[in-house]
Amino acid sequence: MSVLIFIDHSDGAVKKASLEAISYGAKIAEQLGLTAEGALLGNLNEDIASLGKYGVKKIYHVADVALDHPDPQVFTEVIAQIAEKSGAKLIVFSNNLHGKAIAPRVSARLKAGLVAGAVALPDTSNGFIVKKNVFSGKAFAFISINTDIKIISLNPNAYPVAVTEGAAAEVVPFTAAVGEPRIKVTAVNKVTGEIPLGEAEIVVSGGRGLKGPENWNILEDLAAALGAATACSRPVADADWRPHHEHVGQTGLAIAPNLYIAIGISGAIQHLAGVNRSKVIAVINKDPEAPFFKAADYGIVGDAFEIVPKLTEAVKALKG
Amino acid sequence: MKILVCISKTPDTTAKIAFTDNNTKFAENGVQWIINPYDEWYALVRAIELKEKDPGTVIHLVTVGEADTEPIIRKALALGGDEAIRVNASGADSFFIASQIAEIARQGGYDLIFTGKETIDYNSAAVGGMIAELLQLPYISLAVKFDLEGSTVTATREIEGGEEIVQASLPLVVSCQKGMAEQRIPNMKGIMSARTKPLKVVEPVAVDPLTTIAGFETPPPKAGIKMIPADNPAELIRLLHEEAKLI
Ligand SMILES: Cc1cc2nc3c(=O)[nH]c(=O)nc-3n(C[C@H](O)[C@H](O)[C@H](O)COP(=O)(O)OP(=O)(O)OC[C@H]3O[C@@H](n4cnc5c(N)ncnc54)[C@H](O)[C@@H]3O)c2cc1C
Ligand SMILES: Nc1ncnc2c1ncn2[C@@H]1O[C@H](COP(=O)(O)O)[C@@H](O)[C@H]1O
Repeated sequence: MSVLIFIDHSDGAVKKASLEAISYGAKIAEQLGLTAEGALLGNLNEDIASLGKYGVKKIYHVADVALDHPDPQVFTEVIAQIAEKSGAKLIVFSNNLHGKAIAPRVSARLKAGLVAGAVALPDTSNGFIVKKNVFSGKAFAFISINTDIKIISLNPNAYPVAVTEGAAAEVVPFTAAVGEPRIKVTAVNKVTGEIPLGEAEIVVSGGRGLKGPENWNILEDLAAALGAATACSRPVADADWRPHHEHVGQTGLAIAPNLYIAIGISGAIQHLAGVNRSKVIAVINKDPEAPFFKAADYGIVGDAFEIVPKLTEAVKALKG
Repeated sequence: MKILVCISKTPDTTAKIAFTDNNTKFAENGVQWIINPYDEWYALVRAIELKEKDPGTVIHLVTVGEADTEPIIRKALALGGDEAIRVNASGADSFFIASQIAEIARQGGYDLIFTGKETIDYNSAAVGGMIAELLQLPYISLAVKFDLEGSTVTATREIEGGEEIVQASLPLVVSCQKGMAEQRIPNMKGIMSARTKPLKVVEPVAVDPLTTIAGFETPPPKAGIKMIPADNPAELIRLLHEEAKLI
């Protein structure tokens, strides 16, 4: 019997969020005395067996390149077949965009209870209870999964990637009989070289206080110096100063980086809902009464246009 | 063309989140309820736009909820939509909700089912995918654009670090997010006509939920803020490096 982990990748590399899911799944397997196994659909540019160092013992690999664009319906079919072969008691996904598209389908297919957005290891001392993020970051819920097979989608940045002593994983080629995807991908527009916001450990974010898109260079310079992703408040995305996928908050993306630096953002409750799971929050705002200071760990009251370039200089000096 | 739009009720975005009964129940006292923003701004408004383009379109709304969801569904009808169906059950389990909606969809023979990206209370983003699997339909998740030419769908969906343009044929299920449409305010005519639009109440089909809520927790408050003088911003970087050890 196994904990089966869905190994998600793009451009030939396993995503960081998926490495977190592998580490998490391997830990649960150890807790429950099950084997950690992986399901890899499509191909990697790296050695698959080496994923064993994250604790996964065996990887079912479906090499069919048509699987490089994950079609949720086709993937569900394949994962259901692998789950059966592997004797999966628990299936782990990352709660990233692919996970959100696929895990619910697998749940409905296998009648396996799903907790989407898990933030901690399950409590198996009395049943099977998973802590998840609810009310857009304002609270947590403990969800009991009542079915024999269980599914967890782990939030990105909620569990650290852990490298174990583990030997190389056994790679088992798997052929799955699947239909043609009924959704045809006709084009892909990807911003390459950018750190995906959902996975970023440091995020530098700007609000209306920056006055206009032409001023974003000061924020981008700081982000570049820190190796951070950039984000923004909703009015900034609504005004098309920044792309929509940078909008964080209750109605945008919810993120949980280690460090969130908010510049010229007032800290409205709907904004906080998307960022208050950040481990540390630093706020730069010229208004000492800005509500964001109440949710922050570090604060500077002052003009962003003066302060941010100095922060960038200090980071550069630090990093040599 | 028949469209089914899934509508859920959530606490207002400014609502205070607290729990009662030994942290097992959401404290509803004084909470304002709204249509889940993703369902209202994106799923419903896009459906209305499709109807404006092709007046032969019929829009039905469905909600799984108890009688107290009716004000929400009337508000949705005021924005647009021809009739509503309420499945009379409280549902906290995504699979239970999806099973109810799939049953309504089977009976109604819809060409298109729209859900929101996620509910802003349970944040599962799960119901749409489950409906699609139960009905064995294709599922476009997290769509930011959706267009229809005859029965051919062209949509844009969000993927990690970018977007994909996809093509598919009706029928299918789509979860909708920002970009699909713009928020609208209901007008007087809409509000008046919503009062007389049919709101059918049906009893749920028997389905065992796969999960149950065991309890809630609110995060501990922040320990307190450390202020850094504006004339020495480098101090912030030093603290983040030496104290917080984050850079
Ligand atoms: C249903 C609903 C959902 C919403 N969802 C979201 C969401 O998901 N995300 C989101 O962000 N918002 C959301 N909002 C909007 C939210 O309520 C706020 O209006 C929004 O977050 C404010 O954005 P802001 O902080 O950039 O702008 P403002 O509130 O205008 O704040 C600008 C800040 O910049 C400061 N400032 C000005 N000049 C300078 C300077 N030179 N240097 C330093 N600081 C300066 C000001 O003191 C002020 O605090 C939602 C609202 C509703 C009603
Ligand atoms: N009780 C409900 N009744 C009708 N639709 C719902 C209900 N709950 C969720 N949905 C729909 O499913 C979407 C995703 O919800 P969730 O999976 O709970 O995040 C929502 O945006 C709604 O469109």
